[in-house]
Amino acid sequence: MLDNSADQVMAGASSSFAEHLQRSRPELLPYNALSAGSGAPAGLTAGHLPGNGSALAGVPHATTIVALTYAGGVLMAGDRRATMGNMIASRHIEKVFPADHYSVLGIAGTAGIAIDITRLFQVELEHYEKIEGTQLSLDGKANRLGAMVRGNLPMAMQGLAVVPLFAGFDRTAGIGRLFSYDVTGGRYEEQEHHAVGSGSVFARGALKKLWRPGLSGADAVQVAVEALYDAADDDSATGGPDPVRQLWPVVYTVDRAGAVRVPEAQLAAVAGGIIDARTAAQREA
Amino acid sequence: MTQQFYVSPEQLMKDRADFARKGISRGRSVVVVSCRDGIALVAENPSPSLHKIGEIYDKIAFAAVGKYNEFESLRQAGVRYADVRGYSYDREDVTARGLASVYAQSLGAVFTAEQKPFEVELAVAEVGPAPEADHLYRLTFDGSIADEQGFIVMGGQADKVSEAVADGWRGDLDFGGAIRLALAGLVADRDAAALPVSAVEVAVLDRGSETARGTRRAFRRLDDAELAALLAEGN
Repeated sequence: MLDNSADQVMAGASSSFAEHLQRSRPELLPYNALSAGSGAPAGLTAGHLPGNGSALAGVPHATTIVALTYAGGVLMAGDRRATMGNMIASRHIEKVFPADHYSVLGIAGTAGIAIDITRLFQVELEHYEKIEGTQLSLDGKANRLGAMVRGNLPMAMQGLAVVPLFAGFDRTAGIGRLFSYDVTGGRYEEQEHHAVGSGSVFARGALKKLWRPGLSGADAVQVAVEALYDAADDDSATGGPDPVRQLWPVVYTVDRAGAVRVPEAQLAAVAGGIIDARTAAQREA
Repeated sequence: MTQQFYVSPEQLMKDRADFARKGISRGRSVVVVSCRDGIALVAENPSPSLHKIGEIYDKIAFAAVGKYNEFESLRQAGVRYADVRGYSYDREDVTARGLASVYAQSLGAVFTAEQKPFEVELAVAEVGPAPEADHLYRLTFDGSIADEQGFIVMGGQADKVSEAVADGWRGDLDFGGAIRLALAGLVADRDAAALPVSAVEVAVLDRGSETARGTRRAFRRLDDAELAALLAEGN
């Protein structure tokens, strides 16, 4: 009897917010929304959505995210476009978020689910910190995010995939680190730089030429914005800097002092510089 | 066969209340003070890791006296309640009033239904944009809830400590002044001159956390060095 109740206490003492939701309010989990309960919209499967039998055309999709390390930290940047098939769903969407004080994540894929997974992940990290009185290790955070992406696998099979990119400052090792994921939740640590999303092929090509070891923080911002510019140049789903609407990529840097959003004024100057340089070069391709 | 004696409900409740009160008064006091800069939470606690004060949500903190295992499980339940609520509605929909009323219900249920009441007393504090918008709730072992103004003193020789704090409390104190006042209150029931910074646990809810620290999480735990520096300045 005593053993049983002690077991119950131990089983109930979870520091994970996602586990708590799974037990007490499973319908709130973003990846349970379609499967939990009979009231779920059973019709929302790939076959029932407009656009060639694929869910891709029916819901907004977030596109390109780039991340790179620099001296003393790591940086992540995302463009501002979401697409729905061949339409622009949003010019203002933000796809890079601070996860907690020492890490950021960017999302590509089905925007609605991705934003909810981001919110869940933010609460997960804060919840752990409040319950345990200490922060999760960077590897612990990366693994938790992998588990959430894994939870979304049934939806990913129906075409509603979410692929995040995670970056943070490892306070024990004193370096910035990068993690990429596949739809099954597989977690891969990336070196130097990485990109995800529809424009990632072009962004990675640009990063290979622009990135160099020991970049300063300001140079890293320049490299990231230029890589996104190249992605937008060739990928219609990625938005470039928009001087008409004054829209610039969202850029976060993470170093020993924590995650900081790069101010709009600095991004406007960097993006303006890139546009001027390309205009002056008068190159066609 | 043993004979079941009749115990009147009045006697039963009184016995339970006396039992809980005795447990609570055995420990040391905790002081929660609302001031100009925010809300300061001060506890006498030599352990740097077993906390009596904790963060619940963006603007909400928790302080407790009594049995550690009992208030720790209440604190964790409070964090779960607040996080679920904030996740399913919105962050601004999590309020100290809602949390305090859930605490009051669970304390009341345990007091009447369980074998033994919780030997705890809790404070739930919410910092507002101005001192008038601060909320301080006191929750006792039987589920009673009180909306307090200015400050809360719980546990130990609470009446003596409370007297000392009431004498010095002003609305325009800064954090340094509020914490000094609380520390002076904590030694009011004995001859000792002052508590060393290592023997107290101090946390604050910053009124201006968004502008000063760029975060909506107002709760900040002060380590010994920060506390010593804060006590050296201020009014």
